[in-house]
Amino acid sequence: MLSGNEAIARGAFEAGVKVASAYPGTPSTEILENFVRYEGVYAEWAPNEKVAVEVAIGASMGGVRALAAMKHVGVNVAADPIFTVSYTGVRGGLVIVTADDPELHSSQNEQDNRHYAVAAKIPMLEPSDSFEAKEFTLLAFELSERFDTPVFLRTTTRISHAKGVVRLGEPSGPAFAPGFTSDPAKWVMLPLNAKRRHVVVEERTKALREFAETWDGNRIEWGDRSLGIITSGVSYEYVKEAFPDASVLKIGLAWPLPERLFREFAAGVSRVVVVEELDPHLETHVKALGIPAQGKELIPIVGELDPRIVRQAITGEAIPVRASEAVPPRPPNLCPGCPHRGLFFALKKLKVTVTGDIGCSTLAALPPLGAMDTCICMGASIGNAHGLEKALGEDGAGKVVSVIGDSTFLHSGVTGLMNVVYNRGASTVILLDNDITAMTGAQQNPATGKTLHGEPTRRTDLPALCRALGVDHVYTVNPHDMKQTEGVLRREVARPEPSVIITKAPCALLPEHRRKERPVYEVIADLCTGCKACSRLGCPAIEWVPFTPGEAVAAGKKSTQKGMARISPLLCDGCNQCPPLCKFQAILEKKP
Amino acid sequence: MSVPKGDVFLAGVGGQGTLLASEVLCDAFLLSGFDVKKSEVHGMAQRGGSVTTHLRFGPKVFSPLIEPGKADLLIAFEKIEALRFAHYLRPGGAMVVNAQEIFPPSVATGQERYPQDAAERLRAVTDRLHMVDALAAALSMHEVRAVNIVLVGAASHFLPLPEAAYEEAMKARLPDKIVEVNVQAFHAGRELLRGQGHTLPRHKTAYLNSVDR
Repeated sequence: MLSGNEAIARGAFEAGVKVASAYPGTPSTEILENFVRYEGVYAEWAPNEKVAVEVAIGASMGGVRALAAMKHVGVNVAADPIFTVSYTGVRGGLVIVTADDPELHSSQNEQDNRHYAVAAKIPMLEPSDSFEAKEFTLLAFELSERFDTPVFLRTTTRISHAKGVVRLGEPSGPAFAPGFTSDPAKWVMLPLNAKRRHVVVEERTKALREFAETWDGNRIEWGDRSLGIITSGVSYEYVKEAFPDASVLKIGLAWPLPERLFREFAAGVSRVVVVEELDPHLETHVKALGIPAQGKELIPIVGELDPRIVRQAITGEAIPVRASEAVPPRPPNLCPGCPHRGLFFALKKLKVTVTGDIGCSTLAALPPLGAMDTCICMGASIGNAHGLEKALGEDGAGKVVSVIGDSTFLHSGVTGLMNVVYNRGASTVILLDNDITAMTGAQQNPATGKTLHGEPTRRTDLPALCRALGVDHVYTVNPHDMKQTEGVLRREVARPEPSVIITKAPCALLPEHRRKERPVYEVIADLCTGCKACSRLGCPAIEWVPFTPGEAVAAGKKSTQKGMARISPLLCDGCNQCPPLCKFQAILEKKP
Repeated sequence: MSVPKGDVFLAGVGGQGTLLASEVLCDAFLLSGFDVKKSEVHGMAQRGGSVTTHLRFGPKVFSPLIEPGKADLLIAFEKIEALRFAHYLRPGGAMVVNAQEIFPPSVATGQERYPQDAAERLRAVTDRLHMVDALAAALSMHEVRAVNIVLVGAASHFLPLPEAAYEEAMKARLPDKIVEVNVQAFHAGRELLRGQGHTLPRHKTAYLNSVDR
């Protein structure tokens, strides 16, 4: 029983992949975390997706099979080398996994990366479940070498994170012997060579089109001829569930597409409907053939599908379901003991505009902290702050700060900071160093001192790096100490020069931290006046107990007191952020 | 041979161990010869947010998602989460609900009150509601993290698997040093609802040990 990600890792192992590189990102992260557990493979976290793809290309040049994995937005970062490796082709098989996230379970947009296959002229396999995820991974490497092309393997969240039954095979040997042979016409993409390779790419696409017509991963399952559904990926599973008797054309190769197969299928059924998540990729190509088909006029273009949505869209009949109950929402929140909370509490007090970035810290945009104003993409915070300052001119001086995590800073924040210094900015950049890539589930990065294999390595020295970029004012603070943090913030925000404040405290979920003996705090009921100063922190451990006037009096309070605070001993992490907020000294360390 | 099929929906709060509970359930079904599919989302939703798992078993499963109104069993790790996903339960389906209260942010900051009528509202959804105090059971074993497996034990009365399948799944899935406490937690949970009815027919051919695709 494997998830799609585990199945891809297994497939890569069975295909004899020797080198894999990735930057973590939901829903792709577990591919490398599982791959690294196999014997005799090399896997690494790269600082970003562009580097990951470049590493995989290098390994392929060296004659071994190589894989790069990333989430959909990661392909945007890596697009530059991807479009050109399409021209050079490969030596050892090269597979790039793009894990898309329909429904935006944890992403900043919902882009459909099948467009990348068309734009970069790279074939794309699209599995429908864990079983196919492994089979298609194996096939992807074969196709890569057979057609001298990188191959995309596209999953979506419901493939990456759903578990299904997979049959394991044995690893096969590498296709080539490692070694590099100089071949500038293939590997040096000067215009002269690239022009010739473009012709090769077009010929390759023609050959792949023929493959698409005959490969059994693109297959017709004839059933009732009154309804014919063209589908791919996880949508195939929803279609089989919703219409077990319908005729189905299942597309396993999302690019290039099989024209003859489309025509054969359409000729055999009386109604053609294309069922796919997000954009009308298959639909556009089916309609371009002059085949009358229905698609996005029935099937939603936003979000994930499920069998009910598919059934309802195609039959046109509303399927009644019980209304969901009205209950308080439960959005994600910074964990109890999170060092970011102290910083954002201090930032809110300063009333500055905060340009933010991707990571756990993005959660600080939610109430009650509400201390982040923008979030575009990995690394954007510093560039955004610089641009905002240039736009606001004198009026913006000392009113804008940017906030970025350690891993994100190394991913694509460094160049933003370099730009601030170079172009005479005055930004205050806050680097949240919690010693891990936390949001995706605690992955190592160049600043943590450990590799993906768990081996010790040189740490990137963040203060020294910032100084080397030309930042003269670099300070490190403990964000749990909000008084100190606020003082340094006030001083640096006012400074008309670039500065970096590193807030350094480990992620509360790190095992090293969890093993430590920590105090637990409690609210002394007699002293609590119900002023709610502590609850503005938004710590999940601080709970509000509401009173009726009668209950207030019974508790020995004024009848006007609306309630009191309580700290859950199950949740308190002992971070000591809340005691200084209580001016009645009602929050004390709990006696054992 | 007819293999029963069914849909189990798990709902909880990030950090409660719903993921591990669903892994153990999945393994137990797989060991007993079912085709199984399971879907959950991790990433941002884990940090104190609502977490759900769709678990489907049968002779052959296609969709990894359960349709609203089709779940045979809802295992809720928290009362508000039971209410939030109650519409996934089929008419006549069973619900095993942990009586534990975990305040969402709006309640913790005093803007909203924790629903005082959660039990009545759940009873209006199904007359097969089973409230259990899994937290108390776990705390009595001095292992707060065992809440998830206590709930698996309680819910096992509504699933077509023998006890041994769960034990085997836990032995295969968990690190050695925590197997024993979790096996205990499973039985403590099972005790909580001993003698309660079954949702699905008993699986007569348990332990096929392999699945033919």
